[in-house]
Amino acid sequence: MSQKERKTPLVDELEKGPWPSFVKEIKSVDNPKAKDLLGVLERSYQDKIGHWKHGGLVGVMGYGGGVIGRYNDLPDEYPNVAEFHTLRVNQPSGWFYTSDVLRKLCDIWEEHGSGITNMHGSTGDIIFLGCSTEELEPTFAALTELGFDLGGSGSCMRTPSCCAGMARCEWACYDTMGLTHDLTMEYQDELHRPPFPYKFKFKMAGCPNDCVASVARADLSIIGTWRDEIQIDQEAVREYANSSELNVLEDVVERCPTGCMRYNGQLEIDDENCVKCMHCINVMPKALAPGKERGATILIGSKAPIIGGALLSSVLVPFLEMEPPYEDLKELIEAIWDLWAEHGKNRERVGEFIQRVGLGNFCDEIGLDVAPEMVIQPRTNPYIFYEMDTADY
Amino acid sequence: MSTSVKKRVTDIGPPHYEQFLPPVIKENYGKWKYHEVLKPGVLVHTAESGEKLYSVRAATPRLASIHSIRLFADLADEFSDGYLRYTSRNNVEFLLTDPDKIDPLIAKLGAEGYPVGGVGAAISNPVHTQGWIHCHSAASDASGVVKALMDELCDYFTGQKLPAKLRLAFACCLNMCGAVHCSDIAVLGVHRRVPKINHETIRTQCEIPTTVSACPTGAIRPTSVNGKQSVEVVEEQCMFCANCYTVCPSMTLNDPEMDGVSIWVGGKVSNARHEPMFSKLAIPYLPNNPPRWPEVVDAVKHLVEIYAANARRYERMGEWIERIGWPKFFEMTDLEFTKYHIDDFSHAGLSFRTSLHFRHQ
Repeated sequence: MSQKERKTPLVDELEKGPWPSFVKEIKSVDNPKAKDLLGVLERSYQDKIGHWKHGGLVGVMGYGGGVIGRYNDLPDEYPNVAEFHTLRVNQPSGWFYTSDVLRKLCDIWEEHGSGITNMHGSTGDIIFLGCSTEELEPTFAALTELGFDLGGSGSCMRTPSCCAGMARCEWACYDTMGLTHDLTMEYQDELHRPPFPYKFKFKMAGCPNDCVASVARADLSIIGTWRDEIQIDQEAVREYANSSELNVLEDVVERCPTGCMRYNGQLEIDDENCVKCMHCINVMPKALAPGKERGATILIGSKAPIIGGALLSSVLVPFLEMEPPYEDLKELIEAIWDLWAEHGKNRERVGEFIQRVGLGNFCDEIGLDVAPEMVIQPRTNPYIFYEMDTADY
Repeated sequence: MSTSVKKRVTDIGPPHYEQFLPPVIKENYGKWKYHEVLKPGVLVHTAESGEKLYSVRAATPRLASIHSIRLFADLADEFSDGYLRYTSRNNVEFLLTDPDKIDPLIAKLGAEGYPVGGVGAAISNPVHTQGWIHCHSAASDASGVVKALMDELCDYFTGQKLPAKLRLAFACCLNMCGAVHCSDIAVLGVHRRVPKINHETIRTQCEIPTTVSACPTGAIRPTSVNGKQSVEVVEEQCMFCANCYTVCPSMTLNDPEMDGVSIWVGGKVSNARHEPMFSKLAIPYLPNNPPRWPEVVDAVKHLVEIYAANARRYERMGEWIERIGWPKFFEMTDLEFTKYHIDDFSHAGLSFRTSLHFRHQ
């Protein structure tokens, strides 16, 4: 398609400077879609307004998720991005790649789309940005031939994601990549065909540092922890103490949130009062390590503001061993889904659903015993919904 | 299209990650002993076996063309036996076993325009959303603001000169596709005009009851306009959340003059020392001023510099503010405290002070 060269002085300004330039990225692709994309962006920089419309119902056959429809509101001026849909391509756990597989993904996207991607989208998928409606199905066919599939969108289970876990971290308290792959494969139907009132996200973090922001961004946050003693190498502690980089008293002992540490040439930790915050381990990685009795805390309900306000996840199961085939976890997940899918309102995330029905009632319904770890403190208000048919209060 | 149908497969899931792991990871999976930061952007992990893995982390703009992905593939072939990964904050990491290749790789990445850093007491790559590049509800551009910010803050990425890590995030509307609500500094696109209702298209584009029930404050009511079904908005009840627009394209909020960004501070997701916490409002509104958003860049740089000069070692932005108190924060930053800083939504009362535990300025 022949095309006049557009002038884009405003966005060209963002080719300058030390930080990698997305404008250079767009310009590096010799593709009419990329050229029109830059033109639309220049227009937005002039108008101070976006020029994209809501998606319609587009997708690949048999899937209700994985494609986000996107249309331009100036199709006559920017015909090559009139249809500019997103394909969410399910990433491999931990975002590990070989050069070979990346090149093959690029070849597919050069042939079928704009040549522009996000590495990666906010939920974790490889994002192919800018596909016409008629190219959706051929792109999908090429992806599946390479061994890739689409991720989730809409009221689906969303593409689970995780930290690098045991692949490259001594703090991983369970196999985050293994669990992520396992759950993704187990729930392909929920990933591709929306069965829920709204989206449902999983994020697997290997330790309480939570490098994937699980506690803020996942309906079910699975965060690694341990319940025995922190492992200490006293000789290595002394090496830190003798180095100029660290003051063990000031930087470690005094920063412990529960004050459960002492140092006098020998590090003592009152592990019964340790809350597994990770600080001491973070700053002395050669000397300290999480304990040996490892598993995860399961938290539920975090989300961004829409609709009823942002939530952090809160504790649902204080400690769960995390070994394949993860039967206890899957039983829990399915009990949650059954309840929420039946009783959740349209566009009500599970966290908001729990706020509405009450965490105690929610636990009753999914058959989970309540525990004091679930709350910061017991209730302070006396408006209690006593249930007269329970004999044991 | 018809030729591909007969061979069509579905629900195969993602490829198994194991095929993409370098041998040093396969052999030491779950058996890492400790790690060290060799220099900014370079980590070395040592396994129980004694084997070492060197990770070199470079920033990307998240929006990546096939051109730059192929460049990374070539660099991986040259320096890391073809193995690389991406991080949860859109950095690329090359996974090396030969430490002699670290400096040549850093030099080559630098020459191609990809700075190495983002480890430890630094600003890591900001997570961000699509903005005007691709989103229908964006109140600002994402890639542009982040680029303008990081051009000014790049030294905080390539160095390790902050008291602790600083997580910077950008989301272009209240949907918050990036986790900005728990970031040290969050820039959040905001609308400030009530939805403009297109009474001609609303009956065909939207379900009226769904649109009415989408509003968290009950500001949308069914009505009839010129004898046709439509809705009306009680303007003083609108908090510009765009929920209605999400379910109904005929309720647009985008506005060139009124849209802009707000700035939030002091959130974190890690459990280290302090529990995870939300970001809190610092600046209610700054205008969209492309291509370089000078007001936003100045404000964020100012916040970073005051934090860097005053926080103690290992103290995240939110921990520092909690120690000195919010009144002191507003005084030190010279930011105006307005009625917008006081919450007035569902759980507002939880943020009201019920003690005399504050410092008189």
